[in-house]
Amino acid sequence: MTMVESDSKYRREGRVSEIVASLPKSGIRDFFELVNAMDDVVSLGIGEPDFATPWRIRDAAIRSLERGRTSYTSNLGMLELRRRVVEYVERNFGVSYDPATECIITVGVSEALDLALRAMLNSGDEVVYHEPCYVSYSPCVRLAQGSPVVVPTFAENGFSLAPGDLRMALTPRTKALMLNFPCNPTGASMDSDALSAIARLSIERDLLVITDEIYSELTYEGEHVTIASLPGMRDRTLLLHGFSKAYAMTGFRIGFACGPADLIDAMMKVHQYSMLCAPTIAQEAAVEALDNAWSDMEEMRDEYHLRRNMIVRRLNAMGLTCVSPKGAFYVFPSVGSTGLSSSEFATRLLKERNVAVVPGTAFGHCGEGFVRCSYAASLDSLNTAMDRMEAFLESLGE
Amino acid sequence: MENNEILGLLTKDARLSVAEIASMLGVDAGDVEMRISELEKDGVILGYQAVVDESKLPETCVKAIIEVKIRPSGTDGFDGLARRLARFSEVESLYLVSGEYDLELEVHGASLGDVASFVSGKLATTEGVVASATRFILKKYKETNRMLGDDNGGERLKISP
Repeated sequence: MTMVESDSKYRREGRVSEIVASLPKSGIRDFFELVNAMDDVVSLGIGEPDFATPWRIRDAAIRSLERGRTSYTSNLGMLELRRRVVEYVERNFGVSYDPATECIITVGVSEALDLALRAMLNSGDEVVYHEPCYVSYSPCVRLAQGSPVVVPTFAENGFSLAPGDLRMALTPRTKALMLNFPCNPTGASMDSDALSAIARLSIERDLLVITDEIYSELTYEGEHVTIASLPGMRDRTLLLHGFSKAYAMTGFRIGFACGPADLIDAMMKVHQYSMLCAPTIAQEAAVEALDNAWSDMEEMRDEYHLRRNMIVRRLNAMGLTCVSPKGAFYVFPSVGSTGLSSSEFATRLLKERNVAVVPGTAFGHCGEGFVRCSYAASLDSLNTAMDRMEAFLESLGE
Repeated sequence: MENNEILGLLTKDARLSVAEIASMLGVDAGDVEMRISELEKDGVILGYQAVVDESKLPETCVKAIIEVKIRPSGTDGFDGLARRLARFSEVESLYLVSGEYDLELEVHGASLGDVASFVSGKLATTEGVVASATRFILKKYKETNRMLGDDNGGERLKISP
């Protein structure tokens, strides 16, 4: 379940590009196959909301189809959506952008990340990011000809990025820093003070910053702060965000980037030649989300909050210690007390008790000793999963 | 912890245990138990019921919404007659409403005939009832905040990043 070595058959045939051939398959992929072959699995391995998209947003998508809104939009995305996006960002993040030149609508944050990297990297430029992290960061950097550089984060300081550790990873070739708080898979957040130290270092070393804040609304303690709002950061930061998690719109594939005009324009160039524009129906749905779905989002967030309290308490009670994550919908408990590796733990828990969690190593080497449990699952499922995990741990002790 | 937080949880799922509520709200189980028994004692929580989709049952009952116009009495206005009608076992709920009629009743019976005989034999003959309009419920789409006969969402991947 570690990041698997690339498939040697690619090299043999020589038909696939060297970069693609050298990319590891996502560690999640193998585990997925294992889970899929089993019945009666309670899965805490799902990285998307268990809620259907709020009805008013689905209804807006239907109305958009009824009105025949089925053409391309501007490459940057519908201006009425960009206007709302920058208003939303100003209201909730405290940074202002020009909707005409400093905002682009993308096919999810995934595309925004890809565009950002392709827009700014030259061959061999180094991009620093913190692990454990989302599975696509390193592959996307490599696909953009960059060189990924990892800074590990640790449970002892809540999986926050330590400025000292970051400094050690920087070289004259470092072009950009990628951040993701609240973090998938750890649920970690960084407050204003902690981010300020990172911001000062970014300015000192003249780094660009790509910040993936897809989970920002799902913050349960303290207030979410974006590094883009800190002094001197706005013009070196690309703020990536979207609708998938907070508004339960994963299948709509809709996100955005806000940042300085030169970078947004460069991203637009790549986007116009590859994606052209984000789906019109999803853009119309996003307008409705921003106009009217805040309370729907709050309702879902409150529900995640309750589940988080429950799952954190139960995991700690059974000896799988974890800090209470401040955001997102993941807990990242240590399985150290069992003496098993992440992969052994996840595989045995699945085979013996039919509960799926994701081995921490799927999110980087320093995820060893941890597993990711998603609480984007109904309370009933969470309770069942916790009961089964408890029984599993007891059986290990026998 | 607010009473409303406990009530919100119990309204969604009356089977939640005290321990579950306590862990979700991050408070002490003893406090939750005390609050709940106070809410029960004060008559804020009246009962814990299952939400049933009757269309899934082999034998379904008949339900009707009946609007009733009554003549208020000089001594106790609408209350006396409303309480009297509410005592009939066929009546599930009864509300005083604004508009053309005064009371709205939700009535159930084993068959159409049952409801009809309630209307003609019990309701219409009650002193003070002036007029009524009966509407049989044909199909239910939503019950106590739950969509019926609608899975409301597709299958998610079992593992996703």
